[in-house]
Amino acid sequence: MADVLVVDNLDVTFALHQSEVKAVSDLDFTLAEGETLAVVGESGSGKSQAFLSIMGLLARNGKASGRAMLGDVNLIGMSPDRLDRYRGKDIAMIFQDPMTSLNPTLKVKTQLAEVLVRHQGYTAEKANRAVIEMLERVGIPEPVKRANAYPHELSGGMRQRVMIAMALLCKPKVLIADEPTTALDVTVQAQMLDLFKNLTNDFGTALVLITHDLGVVAGVADRMMVMYGGRCIEKGPTDTLFYDPRHPYTLGLLHSTPHVAKRAKRLDPIQGLPPSLEHLPKGCAFHPRCAFRFERCFEERPPLLPVEDVREKACWYQGELKYEAVA
Amino acid sequence: MFGYALRRVLTAIPIVLITITVCFFILRLAPGGPFDGERALPPDQLKNLRAYYHLDEPLIMQFFGYIGGVLRGDFGPSMVMKDFNVSRLIGIGLPFTLTLGFSAFIVGTIGGMIAGAVAAVNQNKWPDYLLVAIVLVGIIIPNFLMANLVQLFFGVYLKWLPVGGYQPGSLIHLVLPVFILALPHGGRVARLVRGSMIEVLGTNYVRTARSKGLGTRLILARHALKPALLPVVSYLGPGLSYLLTGSLVVEQVFSLPGIGKYFITAALNRDYGLVLGTTILYVFIILALNLLVDILYAWLDPKVRYR
Repeated sequence: MADVLVVDNLDVTFALHQSEVKAVSDLDFTLAEGETLAVVGESGSGKSQAFLSIMGLLARNGKASGRAMLGDVNLIGMSPDRLDRYRGKDIAMIFQDPMTSLNPTLKVKTQLAEVLVRHQGYTAEKANRAVIEMLERVGIPEPVKRANAYPHELSGGMRQRVMIAMALLCKPKVLIADEPTTALDVTVQAQMLDLFKNLTNDFGTALVLITHDLGVVAGVADRMMVMYGGRCIEKGPTDTLFYDPRHPYTLGLLHSTPHVAKRAKRLDPIQGLPPSLEHLPKGCAFHPRCAFRFERCFEERPPLLPVEDVREKACWYQGELKYEAVA
Repeated sequence: MFGYALRRVLTAIPIVLITITVCFFILRLAPGGPFDGERALPPDQLKNLRAYYHLDEPLIMQFFGYIGGVLRGDFGPSMVMKDFNVSRLIGIGLPFTLTLGFSAFIVGTIGGMIAGAVAAVNQNKWPDYLLVAIVLVGIIIPNFLMANLVQLFFGVYLKWLPVGGYQPGSLIHLVLPVFILALPHGGRVARLVRGSMIEVLGTNYVRTARSKGLGTRLILARHALKPALLPVVSYLGPGLSYLLTGSLVVEQVFSLPGIGKYFITAALNRDYGLVLGTTILYVFIILALNLLVDILYAWLDPKVRYR
């Protein structure tokens, strides 16, 4: 499979009053056609900022450097005007909060149709028909009625379906979904994930699923990338990371996730708090919370290196990870 | 939407009635009367005058007589300017005041919106700082001082524009008064637009719009302007009524024949009929504009319609 998105050496920094904060450091990954990549991490791990920077949506004080090749164009550092030729067409994004991500003053169909008018040159009439079709496709009952509704007249789940429809109108090569199910009821979450899977399959769209919920990742993602303190610390096929994590942080994440089948007596949270990006610890960013640390972890930051064929991790500890050691 | 508008119109009726009642009795409570002058009138002459204007009847009878007249569209005579009735005087002054007020409103609102939007888009860069400075000067300096300054500069030194006065149909006489009247109004609009625009540009839905690759101009025009105008619209009603009812100072400084002039002289002369007539007109203007704003609001923000 050809790669649709190749990210290379991506850095994101934010200018504060006196200082700078590095939200994402030296991020590399590829996304193959039609594949689903889960990006996992706690809040503040830089997972959202990395993808906002690729979409050119950083806050005013944010700056990105490096490369994000969508086909043969680099999206990083591109002027907003040129970026607008690709955003919404070849690469689209869905946001966490469907309640505030739709414009409250515009009808649903207006907000959808404009994408097609802009990128595909559709007439208003043709765009409206395509919008109704797409709304039906994402499972919205009475699509004609809903198309003429305002966002506040729809439920949260409906709105997220509208967001999905909006992002997929141009059948993009890459869809970035930033915590798409976090704001929804648990019962709706599963439906939404099914919908993602089906639609991206049908359209051959590669999906980036940004989440902190490992339960979401398990059923959907082909590969998984774990982020901590602005860096990727482990990545590889989802199954191998789930059943055989090699980084202590990944292991900790897995044990702090509730699991219906296993019926663990209690959850084991990772001790301590995620680091502030302004004051990252020296050496490995995770060492203050790590049960497997040794002298080297305090001094030197571990590079992301291949382990076996398909996976990479950034950790000095090469021994076996025993769960008992965490508890 | 129509039912909403109708409800709002019906609630305006008691407000008008209450205003008339309160003003009527307050005016009569105030010391002095329309026929008090430097030199007292002979008693029998005064008696005749009072009888002629029904001022000798019990107050409550006068009140209902006045209300009856108003309902028929008759605002009674002016007790000081003997040859005119109130409706006639308003008819003479009102068109001018309306022209002046509406021109200033349009100039100020459009200018303010553009200035505010430009400042918001360039937040914390030099165009923003420059516009905010101009706006502050426009709001802070009182209009009678500003009026004198522009009269001096454009009228006396440069001789580009007339210092004051008015000839029917002459636009050039309106330039300075409209500018002076529009300046503080435009300044307030600019401040409101800047603030709400900055807020709207930071919302999630504008981020969504940007993620769709719509382009800056379309995002501003379709996604940001409408919600950013909400707080501005609620100011426009009071703003316009302020321009229409408060053009008095400007009318005075530029010696213009508007209605504000009558209002002040009538109040000083205790010209009961004329004061009440202008007050009712002002109330009517304010109510009508607020109503218009509420309806506009319902159009801008669909959520309001269901309340």
